[in-house]
Amino acid sequence: MNRVLYQLPLTLLLLVFATPLLAGIETYTFETPEQERVYKKLTEELRCLVCQNQNIAGSNAELAQDLRKKAYEQVKQGKSEDEVVDWMVDRYGDFVLYRPPVKATTMFLWVGPLLFLLIAFVVLWRIGRARRSQPSEADSVDEQSLEQARQMLENKLEKKES
Amino acid sequence: MKSMRYVVPLLFFIALVALLLKGLGQDPKEVPSPLVGKQAPAFTAQQLHVPEKQFSAADLKGQVWVLNVWASWCFSCRAEHELVTRMAREHGITVVGLNYKDEPADAKAWLQQFGNPYVTSVMDQQGDIGIEYGVYGVPESFIIDKAGVIRRKVIGPINDSPDEKPQNSVEELLAFMNKLEAEE
Repeated sequence: MNRVLYQLPLTLLLLVFATPLLAGIETYTFETPEQERVYKKLTEELRCLVCQNQNIAGSNAELAQDLRKKAYEQVKQGKSEDEVVDWMVDRYGDFVLYRPPVKATTMFLWVGPLLFLLIAFVVLWRIGRARRSQPSEADSVDEQSLEQARQMLENKLEKKES
Repeated sequence: MKSMRYVVPLLFFIALVALLLKGLGQDPKEVPSPLVGKQAPAFTAQQLHVPEKQFSAADLKGQVWVLNVWASWCFSCRAEHELVTRMAREHGITVVGLNYKDEPADAKAWLQQFGNPYVTSVMDQQGDIGIEYGVYGVPESFIIDKAGVIRRKVIGPINDSPDEKPQNSVEELLAFMNKLEAEE
């Protein structure tokens, strides 16, 4: 009982200093649910250039905060998702996109995996065909060794019978 | 013909290794800027030392100049500062400072301590001009030609050592600007 008496206020005190409460994450309010959806999608698909393996929704880098703000302002002005994305790409390049656009320089990126899969299928098919057309080893056993085997078996059988 | 069965996959493998090796040699922190070859974004901003006076990027039309993004809190800026100073003082390069997300008092003290190579420094306390230029780390520098087109973006500190990024070497940048200077 005694312990609880001093543990409880201490716990409450610690809660006050808990980092989520201090971490000033900006709260944005939207006029329509659609705007909020667009904003969420944008921040999840745009890459933070400072910590490159995070999107700007998940990063706490100052630049990510600034870009979130820019995205919010534009969404609130009624800009479409594509317009905001173009705005970002104009300044930071395709690198801000987690989903690279399909164009000449990124063709290999998009088609590459399919190409490799195709190559793998061709190789597999050719191996299969080669296997089938090749006479298997069982067919190529010559008469002499067959005869040998037959005799060995017969000898064994005779021994058992005796 | 039979030997081809091994040669083709081997060549394939070698090509793949070469591709991956090339990728390893690249610095992922160096994001190519889409602004190179485009008109430098226009901006008008307060000057650090004379806040009542505005500076506009258009003021320098007809000149080759450098926009050097710096901040007093930026450690690598100190490393390149000596070279920026050399470019300005010894080679007569026009360098404009973009004082990025800084406190004016800190920025002024920093310049007092390390010397001021800038024709002027403009304040970008909110980082808005920085975003227009696609700045994502400090220091960065933009080389702008007489027509106001960004011709090169230097990411990270300028250096004068052969061991560091050759595209950031001060000699290379000076040579590049000499070439721009010769253009009409």
